[in-house]
Amino acid sequence: MSLLRIARPTIVRRSLLTTSIRCKHTLPSLPYDYAALEPAISGRIMELHHSKHHQTYVNSLNSAEEKYAEAVSANDVRGQIALQPLLRFHGGGHINHTLFWENLAPKSSGGGEPPSGNLAGAITVTYGSVENLKKNMNASLAGIQGSGWSWLVRDNATGALQIIAMPNQDPVVGKYVPLLGIDAWEHAYYLQYENRKAEYFSAIWDVVNWKAAEARYKAAT
Amino acid sequence: MILDLESGTQRFLVTYSPLQALEPYISGQIMQIHHSRHHQTYVDNLNAATANHVRALQENDVRAQINLQQAIKFNGGGHINHSLFWANLAPADTSQAKPESAPKLTEAISAKYGSYDGFKDEFTGVLLGLQGSGWGWLVKNEKTEQLDIVITKDQDPVVGGLAPIFGIDMWEHAYYLQYFNDKASYVNGIWNIINWDTAEGRYLGGRGGLKL
Repeated sequence: MSLLRIARPTIVRRSLLTTSIRCKHTLPSLPYDYAALEPAISGRIMELHHSKHHQTYVNSLNSAEEKYAEAVSANDVRGQIALQPLLRFHGGGHINHTLFWENLAPKSSGGGEPPSGNLAGAITVTYGSVENLKKNMNASLAGIQGSGWSWLVRDNATGALQIIAMPNQDPVVGKYVPLLGIDAWEHAYYLQYENRKAEYFSAIWDVVNWKAAEARYKAAT
Repeated sequence: MILDLESGTQRFLVTYSPLQALEPYISGQIMQIHHSRHHQTYVDNLNAATANHVRALQENDVRAQINLQQAIKFNGGGHINHSLFWANLAPADTSQAKPESAPKLTEAISAKYGSYDGFKDEFTGVLLGLQGSGWGWLVKNEKTEQLDIVITKDQDPVVGGLAPIFGIDMWEHAYYLQYFNDKASYVNGIWNIINWDTAEGRYLGGRGGLKL
């Protein structure tokens, strides 16, 4: 009797898996040329970052999800848990970079133009000014010890804006909604800025797409 | 014991001169930036954090001391790790870069991993599986004398009952200017420039003269 009870959900999950068609993740194409963010970010960095690094996260995520599906089919909970770090790392890498490309734009397409609308108002409430927000975010970025990202987020529990740093490829999840992310991995700047990462953090604001951040903010409120 | 500020700022000096001679496996440009800027920054920040810690100690400010712990761990670890790293590399055409320079250690490696190639494969797999910034280390458990391969994240140093034998830097700054995203080629190349003489010394109980 008890055996049947345990076995039953497995059968249900199996049938769900075999009937659903899982879409593979693909590398999103950039809405601008690799060189379009120069001089803030070089074309060579963008090319490697998008076509090599992001592609690797996509490929590895697809492979991790395949293995995960197999572990689910086999009712292998230990296997599923063992796969969590891979899923988190490559899934996070795919999510973060996708958000990042969107929240950048060439100057000719409005990159660097200050935020407006409700987001601008919220920034004034929390940070006093966009300049002060940049200062706080740059301090967050400079304080990352190792690889990671800094995000301007909306705390959905309070409605307030906040800056948070996430290690490695951990994505923003839970009560936080990501509005604007800046990649502080060395691969994001090293070919151009080498160890002078503060110069990268300072320059990237010239190509921040505040329109994307505003749209994310609007969707969250 | 209260340390004085003056000696606190003088204790951590870089004494190693980076060599162009690790080419073609690590370019001279990488070595130059890695040593003179990255390592120097860890040293400078460690000195500053240490000086602040000494001040907090003198002022009997425990909160400030605890608040400084992460800066000391990160920058102290960065200094320790890079100091160990420079000393455990050697130009490929020297006898130090041959595993035969470490007879006791290679014997222990074969005993534990089956063969030198088996060890290399295992270590390479661990290095390539590292997510984010960090280091891979061959260590010796000081109690059991057993070898092991461990990862330390970011600039965490090997501490506790483990003695580092050699370390490989997997931060992107260690290879990016030459290898870009192809870290597997960096790792494959670095096996040609491991200083087995240093490794043998550390395995047999010394820490390569490093007192950090």
